[in-house]
Amino acid sequence: MTQMIGKQSIRFESPVYILNSASIVGKKEGEGPMGELFDVICEDAMFGNQTWEEAESTLQKEAVTMALGKAGMQSAEIRYLFAGDLLGQLIASSFGTASYQIPMFGLYGACSTCGEALSLGAMTIAGGYAAHVLCVTSSHFASAEKQFRFPLEYGNQRPLSATWTVTGAGAFVLSDQKEGKGNAASARITGITTGKIVDFGIKDSMNMGAAMAPAAADTIYHNFMDYNRSPKDYDRIVTGDLGAIGRTLLIDLLKEKGFDIGTVHMDCGIEIFDADKQDTHAGGSGCGCSAVTLSAYILRQIKSGTWKRVLFVPTGALLSTVSFNEGKTVPGIAHAVVLETIS
Amino acid sequence: MSETEKLHYEQKVQKATPTHNLWMQMLKAFLVGGIICTVGQWILNICTSMGVDKDTAGGWCALILILISVLLTGFNLYPSIAKFAGAGILVPITGFANSVAAAAIEFKKEGHVYGIGAKIFTIAGPVILYGIFASWVLGVLYWIGKMMGLV
Repeated sequence: MTQMIGKQSIRFESPVYILNSASIVGKKEGEGPMGELFDVICEDAMFGNQTWEEAESTLQKEAVTMALGKAGMQSAEIRYLFAGDLLGQLIASSFGTASYQIPMFGLYGACSTCGEALSLGAMTIAGGYAAHVLCVTSSHFASAEKQFRFPLEYGNQRPLSATWTVTGAGAFVLSDQKEGKGNAASARITGITTGKIVDFGIKDSMNMGAAMAPAAADTIYHNFMDYNRSPKDYDRIVTGDLGAIGRTLLIDLLKEKGFDIGTVHMDCGIEIFDADKQDTHAGGSGCGCSAVTLSAYILRQIKSGTWKRVLFVPTGALLSTVSFNEGKTVPGIAHAVVLETIS
Repeated sequence: MSETEKLHYEQKVQKATPTHNLWMQMLKAFLVGGIICTVGQWILNICTSMGVDKDTAGGWCALILILISVLLTGFNLYPSIAKFAGAGILVPITGFANSVAAAAIEFKKEGHVYGIGAKIFTIAGPVILYGIFASWVLGVLYWIGKMMGLV
């Protein structure tokens, strides 16, 4: 039984389910359009800690606890943990998930990490290497600003193309069973398309939507080719954090290749904030952005059957402060996960 | 991908990316920068009217502006003002004070030596270095000029 299809996709023969998920966000995200959908909104940006990095670790820890709780499971029942964040050497994941003592793979795919974690988690289950795995990703506005840009109190003007890093974490319990402890799973992962690094030579680190749009276009295009599908086969094609500019460019790039995704496209970064009222400019970003939107909003739509098939495509900008200072470009990557209603 | 393709995409990006209105930004910077300078002049006038000599009055003026800027930074009011005023508040001494205070607050958690000590000038450092370097260059030019009897 071969599960490989086309150039870079997999169609899972054995079923993989998202048993349950949890989302935790900060105050600003809670005030956004999706505010009431999140499991927990914390008013304290420090989440009861002393540093921003500890705060982000707490986000992961709480998200995992909630996801396990909702699935009615203990951490000992989880075979593997796939975790990632934006901080150097993945310290938010390391310190956030250490106490669970789950065999762990730390992942870095910038803001595409949620897609990477779900892809690898699904492969692990489909391959028979685990019955249950956990995927968790996080980002925190303040820890990201501190690492990638300026100290928080520093006064500067953000360009209109800039995005606002989402403070939040999303955790997902993946399983080979569509029911666990009386809970029906939210969705089925039927396949993945793994993205390549795509570099169109963008050097502006404050316009990450433009840097990532070509990667998203490439992954979505190859998903169509490998599966022999077109935009009408999906109820929604959801990108991670392209923002308003990235969305325009993505639709344009795919039109050039003969596909119009304008009517089915949605971007988590655009949905999570009200750009006019919340002064976020191009939209939200970060590993937490797509993760909390998937958990709080997208999975609900799939579980209720409103959307039958969704292509979830978190997008990442692969830069560091060093690469940027040394004049390098900002390459992008995007990983697609096919999510379907359980019939 | 080829350079022409990159250029083609670059043009597309430029078309899709909105930018701030330059004239509006300059007007705001001019107004706020002007207000700061007026406040400075006001401090100078008060000091000299109290019988302080001009150099000392200048020192008081700088100190008070720095203090106000650091306080605004500490209360996290500075970023909102800078968002409106841009270079109007960043170019005067107030911007320098903010860049030092903001770094001090942010990196305090990493300790007094490796945090505040090593990182306090991460933003202001280049200004200090090249400021000193520029004054050294001018000093040398002045010295040469003096030797040749030009100044």
